[in-house]
This record gives sequence, C-alpha cells and structure tokens, in this order.
Amino acid sequence: MTSTSYRDALREAHRDALQRDPRVILMGEDVGRYGGTYAVSKGLLDEFGPERIRDTPLSELGFVGAGIGAALGGLRPIVEVMTVNFSLLALDPIVNTAALLRHMSGGQFGVPVVIRMATGAGRQLAAQHSHSLEGWYAHVPGIRVLAPATVEDARGMLWPALNDGDPVVIFEHAQLYNMTDELPQPFSADIEHAAVRRAGSDVSLITYGGSLWKSLDAAQALATQGISAEVIDLRVLRPLDEATLLASVRRTRRALVVDEGWRSGSLAAELLARIVEGAFFELDAPPARVCSEEVPIPYAKHMEDAALPQVPKIVAAVRQMMGR
Amino acid sequence: MLEFTLPSLGADMDEGKLVQWQVAPGQPVKKGDVVAVVDTTKAAVDVEIWFDGTVHQLLTEVGETVPVGAVMALLLAPGEAAPPPDAAPRPAAKTGAAAAPAAAVAPVRAATPTTAPTSRQRVSPAARQRALELGVDLARIAGSGIDRAVTREDVDRAAAGRAAPAPAERAVEMRKAIAAAMSRSKREIPHYYLSEPVPMRRALDWLRVANADRPVTARLLPAVLLLKAVALALRDYPEMNGLYVDGRFSASPAAHIGVAISLRQGGLVAPALHDVGSKPLDALMRELADLVRRCRAGSLRSSEMADPTITVTNLGDQGVQSVLGVIYPPQVALVGFGRIAEMPWVDQGRLSAMPMLSASLSADHRVSDGHRGGLFLARLREQLQRPEEL
Repeated sequence: MTSTSYRDALREAHRDALQRDPRVILMGEDVGRYGGTYAVSKGLLDEFGPERIRDTPLSELGFVGAGIGAALGGLRPIVEVMTVNFSLLALDPIVNTAALLRHMSGGQFGVPVVIRMATGAGRQLAAQHSHSLEGWYAHVPGIRVLAPATVEDARGMLWPALNDGDPVVIFEHAQLYNMTDELPQPFSADIEHAAVRRAGSDVSLITYGGSLWKSLDAAQALATQGISAEVIDLRVLRPLDEATLLASVRRTRRALVVDEGWRSGSLAAELLARIVEGAFFELDAPPARVCSEEVPIPYAKHMEDAALPQVPKIVAAVRQMMGR
Repeated sequence: MLEFTLPSLGADMDEGKLVQWQVAPGQPVKKGDVVAVVDTTKAAVDVEIWFDGTVHQLLTEVGETVPVGAVMALLLAPGEAAPPPDAAPRPAAKTGAAAAPAAAVAPVRAATPTTAPTSRQRVSPAARQRALELGVDLARIAGSGIDRAVTREDVDRAAAGRAAPAPAERAVEMRKAIAAAMSRSKREIPHYYLSEPVPMRRALDWLRVANADRPVTARLLPAVLLLKAVALALRDYPEMNGLYVDGRFSASPAAHIGVAISLRQGGLVAPALHDVGSKPLDALMRELADLVRRCRAGSLRSSEMADPTITVTNLGDQGVQSVLGVIYPPQVALVGFGRIAEMPWVDQGRLSAMPMLSASLSADHRVSDGHRGGLFLARLREQLQRPEEL
C-alpha cells in the first residue's frame, strides 16, 4: 500500500501507458507545457517529448476529431478535454463518428481512442465549468463510459480503456483530484463491473464519481441512526452492470440513486427504470433519487452547495424511504 | 379535525395492539380521559387523550396492531362541525418517530408528491409477495414503511405473531423489551455508581408516631418517605432528573418518579408517580398503593408509562443490602435502596445498634459527575434525618 493522490494516480497511469505502448499519445489543451489544467500531465512532456505529448489549439471540435483520426490511423490516443461542458463542441466527432464507425464499416474499423474529461461542481467554477453530463454520453451505444471515483480506479482504468478497441470516455470528478488514499499493490481495476463500497442491509445507495464519497458519509451517518446502507459505486456508466445493481436492491429492497446530474432524462432516471424493471416485486419502497437541483450550477458557495446532492439530503431521503 | 395518535408508552415501545375502545363516535371527551386500552409488551395500558373534543371516527379496529404515532381516531375540536360523511378520508400516515435531525432539508420528492390520497391500503411489492408465500392476511397488518405502506418486515412480524399472545408469550415479550432497554442503557450510558449508608432511626421513629393515629389501611410505609426524600433532594440536583434525548439532556421541572414494581408473572414495570415533590405523604401513599394494585392488575395509564424522569428501585423486601441499578433510558439516574437492618454504629466513640439503609445512585456520566452525585446522596441522607419535613 502506498498513499497517493487521485491526480498522481492518473499521472502514473499515463506514464505507465506511454511506456508500455509506443502507440499511446496524449493530446489536449495545455497538456504539454502547462502540465494539464488539473496538473495530471505535469512532467510528461519532458519525459516523453512533444511528439507524444501534444498541446492543441483551443478547438474541441478540431482536436477531438484529430484524436479519433489518429486512432483510426493506428495510434492509441488519449484526448484530454478540460471539462464536460466544453466537450459539447466535440459531440459530433464523438457521437457521430467514433461511436458509429464500427457499425458503419461493417465491423472493419474500431476507434481505440480514450477521451478524458473533468466533470462536476463544488469548486465555485460557475455554470459553464460545473455541470455533470455523464448521462448524455451514457446514452450513446458504441462508447464505453467510465467514472473512476477511487485512487485505485484512477490508476487502473486507463490501460484497459486503451485496450478496449472502441471509444472510451472517462469522467474525472474535479473534486477528486486532490483526494489522497491508499493505492493497493498490486492494484486492479476492470472496466466492466460496479463495486460494493460498503455493505448494508436496509437500503442501496447507488452512485458514482464525486457523489460516492457523499454517499459513504451518508451511510456512516445513517448507521448511527440504526439504518444500514449499502453503497454501490457504478464505476462503469455504460454499459451498466445491472447484475450487481439488482442483486444489491433485491437484498436491501430499497434503492436511492445519488447522481450529481440533473434528474430529468438523466442517468438516475435510467437507473430507477432498470430497478423497477428488474426488481419491482422485491421492493419495499418506491425507488428514489437525490440529484442536482434543476438549475445552472451557481457560482456563490452557499447556492452551489444547495444545488448539489449533499449528505443531509441523502440521509433525509433514506429516512423518508424507511418511513421514519 | 384533531388526530388521536398512539403515544409511546416508554422508550422500548414501538407498537401497540388495540384491546378496547372506551369511547364511541359522537362522544365528547376531555383531556385526561381514558379513551382506549392498548396492549404493549409490558402491560395493557389505559391510554389517555391530551385534548378536549368529540369523537368523530375510530380508525383502528380492536385487535389491530399499530405503530407508535399511528392515527387511531379522528376527533372534532370543540365547536367544530362534523364534515359531510365522505369528506374525511383516512389521513396520510404519521409515524410518531421524532422528526429526523435532517428534517430541515426539504423532502426530496416534495415537488412531485406520490402520496395522492387513496383509500387503498399501501403494500410494498415485496410485502405482497411475502404475504402470499406465508398466507398472511394483509388487511390485518399495520404498515411501518413509507406512507404507512406494509413492508416485508411487517409481514414477517405479523406472521411470527399470529398466535394470540398467551401469558407465556407476554412474559417472553416483556423479557425482550427489558433486554432491549437494558442493553441500550449499558451500551449508551456511561454509568457511575455511588452508595451511601443512611441511618434510619429518626425516620422510623417518626413513622411509628405518625402511624399510631392512622387507621391500618392508611398507614405510611418507609417506601413513601424514601420516594418523597428523593424528590426533595432532586430539587437542587436537576441533572439527575430528566431525559437525555438526541445527544441533549433536558431537566424536568417536576420529579415524576418511576417506581420499579416486579410483577408476579415475572418481569417488571416502572410507572410514574407524578410530581412526587409537591404531594403530601398521605396522598403519595394512596397513589403508590393504587399504582401497585393497578400495575399487577394490568391497568396502567399511558401517562404513567411514558412520563418517568427518574427511577427508584427498592429491593429491601428481597433482603439485599444494596442495589446498583441499570438506568432506564432516556432517563439519566436511578436511585436504589436496600433493606433496613440494624448495624453497629459509632457515634462520638460510643457503639450502638442503628437501623441502617444503603442508598445508591446510578447516574449518567454524560450529564453529571460523581462529585454532584455524591452531594445528591448526602442531601438525600440529610433529608431522611428530618422526616418531619417530608
């Protein structure tokens, strides 16, 4: 076990991939000389040179498209997009090109690109830098969507993502970069399964990314009130690991989804639908969710806090489900 | 419209079974009237109502088991006209559990209430499945879940308790309730224990004189002196008298002393004598005798079950010298008395025989310290040296 930050774990994952496979390159805004907006790629330019660590112009449409082209041309590109808000400029190459080419080429071409982006609020970066649009990507067949929430997943998910053969989008919650935790040695991280982060018997809290830690705190608080909450970290937002999800809900008979996205047409909505489809007769309460308020994420601290899922909201929602 | 809900008759009660309604629709009631008899794990209790009104509708059927806080009846407030017959739907459930600490947070689903009024019993899918498996009649089960829905646990509980509660079962249930309360006490309350020998000659002499001109049926027992002395001593030590709830202690202005009474069939209850400090000894004696009698007959009143702010246990009859008791949560202290027995006593170098009583205090260290506890016991001892002031 060594203690490391989420940011350093990501950097190690990049260094490892760059060393293991000469086809791996990293490209994006400020990833080279500046070391990355969140300092994930600090030092990589010196170590691997400008051929493989490429600063790009400020055009998501351009450089994400270039990354997809590079993948088609035989490389294994990692494309960093500063935030999910900015990635909307690149929706066309991701959704219309990368996600579809295997289908449209009759299986002849895959697009082995990894697109990483920061997501989420809580750092007073205001509306245009704070949204959680993971659900939009999880909507699209043809791409795999990952949400590493732990140091181990930050370290371990990149390499299998690069070897998936199809486009993979990785969401890094911006509040996690500074988190420090023990990194087990050897670490392991598949890109297929959800994980039970805390076992419990009364209710399943289903969550991912930055909300995992709030859910774990809520589970802790609930334990002091005699309510045993299980916490499921989805890890993989597409395709969803329905088996783990439903097994947990069938055991606890209650489900609460905690998702920083807005709730209308959301990933949380999809999760509730799957639970009702797959476990209706096992339920003891209507499944519920704690999501962000349906507003642009505010800048002011108290308003930002109020707009996001928080531990007291999760606790209150669970108590309500328990009839307390 | 007023709602009459099942009160909690002690920290260890979470449901009760309606044995009998003492009122009927249309009947006016006054605060303090007994309106129902409810069976708890401890005893059948006469449940009092806390407001004036006229009974409008009885919602709970005899034999039904309902959770604490469930609305059992609807009453018209004084002056309120009866609504047209179908305008009074069964109200949405209110479980009486204290509001969550997080209650300040708006309920998550508030914007889209799923609790559209419906007369249909709410049963969770899991409960329905289980009821089918076990052959349990759902209509007879009171729900404890969200919106008072019947949950799988409710069905399991109902299935387990289907047989009529035989006395033996009552004893088992009571043992369970005592186990739960005492385990909680030992788990949560950091007890400290103090004891103090109390010379009882003056008190006994005074009692002999006082009883000389009382008819046999009105004679005072030493137990009454002890209860009154405890109540008076508590006046200066409020931290022994009150309840510790949700991490906070609140002292009670009056001493409602729970008197531990063992039952013939086994087990014990500790119902309250109300405001002991303000009552003369004769009144207390009458109330104590009445309490013991009703306790053993199984007709306690709800306020007696719910109200104690401290407990006194007296094991002197059994002949033990002293007792170090377990506090009954959420109370914070328990005073114990052993038997009164003659012991060697040294006063100014002279040895004599003195009737002695061992008084003990078990108290909650979260609320008080041994120093104060010691002062309290000393005050109790001194109080008993001046029986004429009791």
